[in-house]
Amino acid sequence: MRKTVQNLKVIENLKLNDDHHLLKLEVPDRLEIIYPGQFANLLVDHTPGVFLRRPFSIYSVDYIKNTISVFIKEIGEGTRALAKAPVNSFINGMFPLGNSFTIPKESEKILLVGGGSGIASLMNLAQELSQNLNDISILIGARTSEDLVELDHFARYGTVYTTTENGTHGEKGYVTDHHIFRDEFGQFKRIYSCGPEPMMKAVAAKAWTTSVFCEVSLENTMACGFGVCLCCVTETIEGHKCVCTDGPVFNINLLKWQI
Amino acid sequence: MADLSTTIHKLELKNPVLTASGTFGYGIEYDDFLDVSLLGGIVVKGTTIYPRQGNAYPRMAETASGMLNSVGLQNRGAHYFASDIYPKLIKYRTNVLVNVSGSTIDEYIACAEIINELDHIAGIELNISCPNVKEGGMSFGTSCASIENVVAAVRKVYQKTMIVKLTPNVTDISELARAAEYSGADSLSLINTLLGMAINAETRKPVLATITGGLSGPAIKPIALRMVWEVARAVKVPLVGMGGIMNATDAIEFFLAGASAVQVGTANYIDPLITLKIIEGIDSYLNRHKFNKLSDIIGCLHM
Repeated sequence: MRKTVQNLKVIENLKLNDDHHLLKLEVPDRLEIIYPGQFANLLVDHTPGVFLRRPFSIYSVDYIKNTISVFIKEIGEGTRALAKAPVNSFINGMFPLGNSFTIPKESEKILLVGGGSGIASLMNLAQELSQNLNDISILIGARTSEDLVELDHFARYGTVYTTTENGTHGEKGYVTDHHIFRDEFGQFKRIYSCGPEPMMKAVAAKAWTTSVFCEVSLENTMACGFGVCLCCVTETIEGHKCVCTDGPVFNINLLKWQI
Repeated sequence: MADLSTTIHKLELKNPVLTASGTFGYGIEYDDFLDVSLLGGIVVKGTTIYPRQGNAYPRMAETASGMLNSVGLQNRGAHYFASDIYPKLIKYRTNVLVNVSGSTIDEYIACAEIINELDHIAGIELNISCPNVKEGGMSFGTSCASIENVVAAVRKVYQKTMIVKLTPNVTDISELARAAEYSGADSLSLINTLLGMAINAETRKPVLATITGGLSGPAIKPIALRMVWEVARAVKVPLVGMGGIMNATDAIEFFLAGASAVQVGTANYIDPLITLKIIEGIDSYLNRHKFNKLSDIIGCLHM
């Protein structure tokens, strides 16, 4: 679908926990295909101190109701204002932006590793992968059980495993401490990951040592979101690449993390 | 519909709205959003003779009513531009200008010579005002002697319209504007970004990898207006005004201060369609105030 700027109507604002909201947004124009990993850049109106748009992964797409959902973690003024958007209000959205995860042509055994609000880019991916009858395992890490959200939703597409730092849900520790990651990593043909950078780097390190295909979705502060400001670059073996257009999804072999 | 046409030296612009270098890529990034040919012109990304990786990151900090950037002229070089980008720009039925920069006078000359060979490029904007490069850029634009050297040198090899882009990071911009005019500039564009800084109090570190960067956005508009107004009284060449233009009213203010055309920059990031809205808004302003043509308001500030 070509990039558009549209006024999106908030038709649902679901509070998932203290600082996470799920906004369902109705799109005026007929939706064309949005690929997993793509994002929307949302305008924050009437909020002093907020000048630029805020990028969010497109969490899920409903082509029948013509809606997209975004998962918002309250971090600063901009995300706080968006999280408060009332039902029936409008948010100006620029989308779909960025590249997407590579989908295997044949069904495979796949591991998704998400941490914190990094799960935002994995939901649409899990849904897409499930349509090709892939065998999907979804490993999600969080600080506490309160921070784990949308597990039932993920469970529709695969087997869900969890870790919490305080042990209140799933195995105690980080995702990299989970038995499926530590001991059974070799069974997976593909790894997709999104979350805090140290987590993704640990996932990438394991993928390198086992030579498994691995893609990660990066986050960065952006001014434009469509490749003109050149602010959101990341270092790759081919030089600086824009996270907004060359990414946000990168194969780990392109990144310089292992060096 | 009022007559929105305007002239910058030999350039005939169908309307006075151009896009500022570094905020509009090569135009093609905007093809999904709008018909670029409807604009008065576009100034494409700062180009240097050699490819540049640009600065380390983070390169951007949001500020109150604006943003700081420290991109540092990342581009793939003039040869790549001529061979791979230029053919894609021929489709545009508007003025395409290239922002030319360098670390030495020889680099400016070499880059301008390559651009001079490209028929569809209507002119260059000589960038002697980038605050984000260690060598060249702004260092050429802060003294009359160095402005005279670089502008005169490029003038010898570049025959079409040459706009010189001025930096606001100086004590007296009028003096530098006169030096650029004297050395052969056909037009002056102003202002480039203001040198600024952002600090993260929590980490006690600078936000930008380069520590300082260039401030743009509505925060700088009053300074830009003041400088356009000062320079308009100091030189005869036409001016292209920019700095924080977010809507048609902002653009009108620059015309009143003495600009013959404007460039829209940072606003493109927030609304990629803003330039078309500004063109419409200028037309409705002229109609509402019963002016037949844009030139009726250029420099017509009531004092």
